[in-house]
Amino acid sequence: MAETGRLSALGSAPPVRAALRYGAITAVALAAFAMVLLLAGKDPLRAYADTFSYTLANAYGFSELLVRMTPLLLTAVAVALPSRLGLINVGGEGQLYMGAWLASAGALMFPGLPRWQLLPLVALLGFIGGAVWAAIPGVLRAARLVNETIATLLLNYVAPLIVSYFIFGPWRDVRGSAYPQSSAFSEAARLPSFFDTRVHGGLLIALAALLAYWLIMEKTRWGVDMRAIGGNPEAARRLGLPVAAWIVIALAIGGGFAGLAGMGEAMGIHGRLRQGLSPGYGFTGFLIAWLAGGRPLGILFMAFLFAIITSAGDTLQITQGLPYSAINLLLAMILFIVLARRPRKAGR
Amino acid sequence: MTTPLFSGVLAGAILSGTSLLYATLGETLVERAGIVNLGLEGILLIGASTGFATAAATGSAWLGLLVAALSGGLANILFGWLVVSRRANQLASGLAMLFFGFGLSALVGTPYVGAVITGLPKWRPAWLAALPWVSGSTLFNYDALTWMALPVAVLVWWALFRTRWGLGVRAVGESPAAAFASGRSPGILQFQALSAGGVLGGLAGAHLSLSLTLTWAEYMTAGRGFIAIALVIFSKWHPLRAVAGALLFGGAEALQLQLQARGTDVSPFLLEMFPYLLTILVLLAWGGARRLAAPASLGRTFYGSE
Repeated sequence: MAETGRLSALGSAPPVRAALRYGAITAVALAAFAMVLLLAGKDPLRAYADTFSYTLANAYGFSELLVRMTPLLLTAVAVALPSRLGLINVGGEGQLYMGAWLASAGALMFPGLPRWQLLPLVALLGFIGGAVWAAIPGVLRAARLVNETIATLLLNYVAPLIVSYFIFGPWRDVRGSAYPQSSAFSEAARLPSFFDTRVHGGLLIALAALLAYWLIMEKTRWGVDMRAIGGNPEAARRLGLPVAAWIVIALAIGGGFAGLAGMGEAMGIHGRLRQGLSPGYGFTGFLIAWLAGGRPLGILFMAFLFAIITSAGDTLQITQGLPYSAINLLLAMILFIVLARRPRKAGR
Repeated sequence: MTTPLFSGVLAGAILSGTSLLYATLGETLVERAGIVNLGLEGILLIGASTGFATAAATGSAWLGLLVAALSGGLANILFGWLVVSRRANQLASGLAMLFFGFGLSALVGTPYVGAVITGLPKWRPAWLAALPWVSGSTLFNYDALTWMALPVAVLVWWALFRTRWGLGVRAVGESPAAAFASGRSPGILQFQALSAGGVLGGLAGAHLSLSLTLTWAEYMTAGRGFIAIALVIFSKWHPLRAVAGALLFGGAEALQLQLQARGTDVSPFLLEMFPYLLTILVLLAWGGARRLAAPASLGRTFYGSE
């Protein structure tokens, strides 16, 4: 569908200037959103102060930021890695659900396993679930049958339906709950959480994934190969690189990371499989990867920023009586400013 | 026994297919001009919320319809400013529009939650109501948007395939550089397609709030914008095939409701999956045929007109 090549939003400025740029953009967007709040008859200064004191200046609030960041880091890497080959993965949402689904299958099937066996198994299954779901578009693309943008997008719709089928059907919690969900996983399948917060082991997995992404891309032969294919697939093919195989592998690994995000939500937060596991983490991850230009540090920063913004939605709902979704306007404004900042030159 | 099921499904397919068809036609126009708007869902939400708010505030559903169409068009012009004027990445801009639509519609709609409105009037010609297999159902008792859906599809087809303007739009979608070289202005054509597409998207949203549900609820579009994007692909970027696609997707939804009402033991989720899997199969089956493929420059940014 789109031939956008590598992700790039903010160019490749040195870290300090990049940080200043991010800061300036955020400030302008905050000012614009303050106007919206004024128009809606709210007090923007109080709203921002409340958000600050409920999130950054409060230990529990801060821990919730880390909780929100966890799936975003993984879905962003799921987009960033294939993008190095010029592949556009807009299927993080579906891959997340399939990871959660397969991980849940493992947790429900082997409730008796000890933790040291069950947790790795469940994590592996989460990765495989997402990887297989992303490998389907990968194979279709490698065989030049269907564009990966279209196929990953379409599979987003199917995955939550598979989850729904199982939690309304075979896996439904029979113990009287009207709420459609699977029965609870055994304690051994739960990712450990830290310091009495909801921050769970998935955060470590997410950070490890980000580190692995950086290592693969910058320090290994594989990264060089992938970037070569992304730069000029035809030349890479003539050099003898297995381009078709790389397309499938890169999408599968990316999908695997998104699958881990789903596994983390199911095993770390809910302890069972539920509908609505993700409020669009897959799509938000795409934006994060794109805004960060696929760079690991940028992904870390952007995921944190997005976590703050979505938390601000909760604060606005509680203290200002605004609908939670109103915060999406702030998100959109930040994006509009970044998108409109400068027309990029051809070939970028 | 089979007749009520059939007419029930058909009636449901037409009702829920209406908004799908408008949205699909709008996106088809836009994509034919080489632009993907992943934020179609946001446009639908903006249309549904502004239309409902206007109808609730003024008491006129027709005025609501007008405002929905205008706000849909304006939203797409904002999108066009990003992707055409500022040459921003289309997928990222589309997702930005999605979040914009979520946020704006929540702000606009929330004061009107629970408001009671008079929806778009419905009518059914007497000779149709007299048919024996129609009389008991809601079949053919439609509002203006549903009655106009098919004519609008033909109109979009005609505009795209039988006018100079449509030739220009399709040329831009295939190769903006070639269109530019032949004296056309890609940017202007894209903006025209975008505004028309946005109006159709606004109408699609308005049909949901002003005719189907007569309420505003946050995220009431529930993925229809994304379904419409799938439908554009399913119908291979053709307005008339989109009619069949909208009926099929709407029919899958209606069949599932009908089967549930009859207590049939088929999982609704498997039924819901079917249109998407079919879309992928259709893409596979027609994979290589150039005539049925996407506009060649879909999603690419044109830099050459300066």
